[in-house]
Amino acid sequence: MENDLGWWAVPLAVLGGAIRVSTPILFVSLGEMLTERSGRINLGLEGTLVFGAMAGYATAVVTGDPWAGVVLAALAGAVFGLVHGLICSMARVNDIAIGIAMMLLGTGLAFYFGKPFIQPVAPDLPSIPFGWWSDVPQVQAALNVNVLFLLGIAAALVLHWGLRSTKPGLILRVVGDSTDAARAMGLRPAVIRTMATAIGGAFAGVGGAYLSLFYPGSWNEGISSGQGLMAVALVIFARWQPINCFWAAMLFGGAGALGPALQSVGVTEGYYLFYAAPYVLTLGVLIATSSPNRALAGAPGELSITK
Amino acid sequence: MAMVEAQGTGGGAMAALRRAEPVVVPVLALLAGLVVFALFLLTQGRSPIAFFGYVWQGAFGSAFSWMNTLSRAAPLLLAALCVALPARLGLVVIGGEGAIVLGGLAAGAVALPLAGVPAVIGLPVMAACAMAVGAVWIGMAGALRHYRGVNETISSLLLAYIAIALMNHLVEGPLRDPESLNKPSTAPLDEALRVGMIPGMDVHWGLVFGAIACVLAWVLVERTRWGFAARIAGGNVRAAEVQGLPVGRLILGFTALGGACAGLAGFFEVAAVHWSANASLAAGYGYTGILIAFLARHNAIAIIPVAILLAGFDASSGLIQRRMDLPDATMQVLQGIVFMAILMSDAAYGRLPFFKAKG
Repeated sequence: MENDLGWWAVPLAVLGGAIRVSTPILFVSLGEMLTERSGRINLGLEGTLVFGAMAGYATAVVTGDPWAGVVLAALAGAVFGLVHGLICSMARVNDIAIGIAMMLLGTGLAFYFGKPFIQPVAPDLPSIPFGWWSDVPQVQAALNVNVLFLLGIAAALVLHWGLRSTKPGLILRVVGDSTDAARAMGLRPAVIRTMATAIGGAFAGVGGAYLSLFYPGSWNEGISSGQGLMAVALVIFARWQPINCFWAAMLFGGAGALGPALQSVGVTEGYYLFYAAPYVLTLGVLIATSSPNRALAGAPGELSITK
Repeated sequence: MAMVEAQGTGGGAMAALRRAEPVVVPVLALLAGLVVFALFLLTQGRSPIAFFGYVWQGAFGSAFSWMNTLSRAAPLLLAALCVALPARLGLVVIGGEGAIVLGGLAAGAVALPLAGVPAVIGLPVMAACAMAVGAVWIGMAGALRHYRGVNETISSLLLAYIAIALMNHLVEGPLRDPESLNKPSTAPLDEALRVGMIPGMDVHWGLVFGAIACVLAWVLVERTRWGFAARIAGGNVRAAEVQGLPVGRLILGFTALGGACAGLAGFFEVAAVHWSANASLAAGYGYTGILIAFLARHNAIAIIPVAILLAGFDASSGLIQRRMDLPDATMQVLQGIVFMAILMSDAAYGRLPFFKAKG
């Protein structure tokens, strides 16, 4: 394939890819961050992501309005989160295992209800052409930024401020760090954790709607392939900080875009190995940032995976 | 996960009842899950009676359907062990799919230079390679857990995605048989290196080896000092360390053993079913195995009936798709609901009125 930019097309495509691919990871990791800050882990967000993608796509097909799809995906995600939160509030129920079950149930329900929507075409979410100043089509393509990406950045900033400087943020952190301290303050940890899981689920649902309504922009059964799970792993890497979630998502978006970018300049060797790059990178950062002895810096005290 | 408290020793009848609790509670949870699924079918305007009728017909209604069910149970037995063995140490390993895929690939790959070698030598070598690769793959998740504190649930699932990508890379590239056009595969196995059927049945030998593996795993966990040590470490790691138990070696050993079982499942899929390694290896057995292990409460003997039940649902899936016009994901919905029910039942232990000790 001939290309004016030569090898410069690769970093450009990686940047553009990072912006495009990172958005769902950003939303899921923000949602998971919120849930984990309350002291629970929801591994089921992979299922929520896939169900959100299906629900958003189906709604957009039926109503013709992609934003209605985003809203419904968020609602569906909140319902999934609520179910997870309520079940985990029961005695002796393991949050990790429930997450695995909800991963299975969420994808199963999404495939079940999504079967009729594989063929129809839904309207896309709008994007803003920040590359208008350039004549180079690759630059224009890379800087064609979706509105949800900007909303994701805004959400990260709001969460950063909210967790640090507001009363609900303080309550969430207390509940996440010590159930006993929260009880002593007259808070009800189970209720707050359930709410945090529901809101986290809504974030994951929006991430799913982005997948089916913008990039890749269609509904099929292989749409997520573990992105929700990677986002969960990223939260550890991001040290439970919203702004770090953004940078981590960008890094992973870039890694995911590497294979297609190299392919576009004619490197097809090892396509499937590049496809594995985000998973390898996730595992790598998990290994680098975990520690066998001491508690992780910034980890909520009640979180089961770091205990 | 094993939270059953065996406090006190009541009268004979009460003790017997309490010993029945680990059986009765999961069975009730399974039934509750099936009831919820029946309600789901009703909301879809489908008859649950017809559904379960077809499940019976497709899974257990005739000799042919029994053969179909048992063939599917073979890899499920081994996949479930990949979850149940590490679970005894309190580890939740969910990446068995990766070990199945790479185990199958290893079996398919070493079969190429083994062409012409008699089956007595060739098949054990293939099986050993598959088990070794599976053991390394899941053992890695165990090692990362022990030496680096990496959560084994997440790492094992990531490793499964990596394994599938690796398999696709090798099957599309270096190991591809040029004659496999539509579906890239390794070269077909030499006739002599194919695992045959159990005499008198239309089921391959994987079923027998899967059942033997379950029995051996049960003996290991319940009747040996390693199993005893593992159960202690699974209950309380610090107590086990204070007692001088080799927690690290137990974690490595049990995860590797689980991985070896999953690798063996991959071997049978290649040597007895597909006769070459290709993308069909990622058929989801590893994920169904998770559900089976949890339903069996990680008891290796209980895995056998549970795996047959789940294989039956799987076997009847095609019939239900055709006769009831339901999507293939219906079974996944059923599995998800049953899984939720079984996990929720953890809250019921020691709470059900007829299991409560009096006084």
